[in-house]
Amino acid sequence: MRISLKWIAVTVMLLWSFSARAVLTIEITRGVDTGTPIAIVPFIWEGPVKPGQNVSDIVEADLARSGRFAVLPRKDFISTPHEDKDVVFKDWRILKSEALVIGSVRLAAPGKFQVQFRLFDVFKETQIAGFRYNVSADLLRSVAHQISDIIYEKITGEPGAFSTRIAYVTREEPPKGIPVYKLQVADSDGFNAQTVVRSAEPLMSPAWSPDGNRLAYVSFEDKRSKVYVQNLTDGHRELLAEFTGINSAPAWSPDGTQLALTLSRDGNAEIYVMLLNSRALKRLTFDPAIDTEPSWSPDGRDIIFTSDRAGSPQIYRMNASGGSAERLTFDGDYNARASYAADGKSITFVSRSQGGFRIAVMRLDNKTQQVLTDTSLDESPSFAPNGRMIIYATEVRGRGVLASVSADGRVRQLFKFEEGDIREPAWSPYNRELQYKE
Amino acid sequence: MKKRKYLAVSLLIALALAGCAGEQATKPAAGDEKGAASAQTAPATDKSATGAALSDQEKQRRAELLAQHRVYFAFDSSTIDDEARAIIEAHAAHLVANPQIKLSLEGNCDERGTREYNLALGERRAQAVEKMMKVLGVAGNRIKTVSYGEEKPLCQEHNESCWRQNRRAEIVYK
Repeated sequence: MRISLKWIAVTVMLLWSFSARAVLTIEITRGVDTGTPIAIVPFIWEGPVKPGQNVSDIVEADLARSGRFAVLPRKDFISTPHEDKDVVFKDWRILKSEALVIGSVRLAAPGKFQVQFRLFDVFKETQIAGFRYNVSADLLRSVAHQISDIIYEKITGEPGAFSTRIAYVTREEPPKGIPVYKLQVADSDGFNAQTVVRSAEPLMSPAWSPDGNRLAYVSFEDKRSKVYVQNLTDGHRELLAEFTGINSAPAWSPDGTQLALTLSRDGNAEIYVMLLNSRALKRLTFDPAIDTEPSWSPDGRDIIFTSDRAGSPQIYRMNASGGSAERLTFDGDYNARASYAADGKSITFVSRSQGGFRIAVMRLDNKTQQVLTDTSLDESPSFAPNGRMIIYATEVRGRGVLASVSADGRVRQLFKFEEGDIREPAWSPYNRELQYKE
Repeated sequence: MKKRKYLAVSLLIALALAGCAGEQATKPAAGDEKGAASAQTAPATDKSATGAALSDQEKQRRAELLAQHRVYFAFDSSTIDDEARAIIEAHAAHLVANPQIKLSLEGNCDERGTREYNLALGERRAQAVEKMMKVLGVAGNRIKTVSYGEEKPLCQEHNESCWRQNRRAEIVYK
């Protein structure tokens, strides 16, 4: 009986992987050996039919991927408690685990699940967190990511970013035929990839609205660059900019009411701000050089951008209403496409260093610049909303891939796409939709 | 790449001197179809444009230049070098003589650097060619410029021999 069930599971997985062709997988290419040891007991299932998602497996994968935890192998477990009364802390101290996670998933009503979990400090023998969720089947993955966020925050003292999504552009070129470009959105662990737009012409520059419900992007579907905004819930989209020349580099204001963008309608690439409700445009830069790649500070006061007004691309900062600009970068002859961390204290950008194009960060208080990567074709960096990781695009063995690096450069991951190139990642803001109960 | 082009030019000149210019004019060195079309129309153009007889050698040189629809740039630059200038001049002369032709100038970049900056740089390259054509007498309303940035590389490999082919403006007759 057991064996046959297992075989069914294997068959189902194979069918699933055949149907979802382009799967994103994540591997850790450089970790730290100082992560907090944690034991995650597989959550017990109480009900007739297993739900499609294994909550504790997802939590385990999240925490392992973060590079901040050393997840203990299940085969070493001496006991497998599911209730707090069954926890024997000595069993976990022997394994040198500092934290313990237990839980259960129960069918509460048809299609409704109750997920419970508890997080313990093994050495203090106390419960650190315990929550109960009542959700429908389609939200089980989200609940798992939220549990990961809570564990991450309780142990590291910083918010997690597992309940977030990533937008990116893929390009697949069949051996005979035209290339296909897709703008996709996936969970931060690469699952649930969904295509937002599909085109035979290039797609570029996805940018999340602050509420996480809309994406602005550039499409060449009319054979030249135009800026669109698309609602991710109902798919409705609007054409925002189709002026003469280039329409490029959309960036949302933190309050979601304005879009900064690059237009060359006056003959030269300049930065403009568009009020989204009236479509009124205000031009912010007036320089014969290229001015592009605007990004708002989290407080909405400043806009940083790339300009080659001094002869090579460098990062500048100006007031969000325009005016004079202050140059921020001085190291090297190519610094571009900067964006802020959520706390506004640092920026990440592409910097040419030792002949390669690499990801760098700069602290804005003392202007110190640090290069985080050692590859040579890195681009499109953006911070995770918790500021701990930066996701970017790079090239591995001739193919475009996504990678992430911790803000201190110590942990690195590679996001692998089965076929074609993947590029231009943008990390979503926090997803605050789920409610939970203690 | 460059070497081969020069070789082709000198070969054509040699053939012209040998008196086979008539036949050779229909065979452009740069083997693409657009090139072939303009190479065929080139001799007629030259006559009407200048009204004076050009030497066979000069005709061949013009045909060779007109067969080229791409001009190349240095990294992060939109400066037109001598090689690009000669090609643009040949096209401008052809366009002045054939006022019915409309064209688009398409700016492109190699993959290095950032995509949005490169979209602006590609436009600047297309505009540099446009500006020169206007100076040479081509009416601005015949020209459309478009930038593809680094989104439409001709060559997909990640090395300089590929990148130099991608840093280009394309002269596309409509």
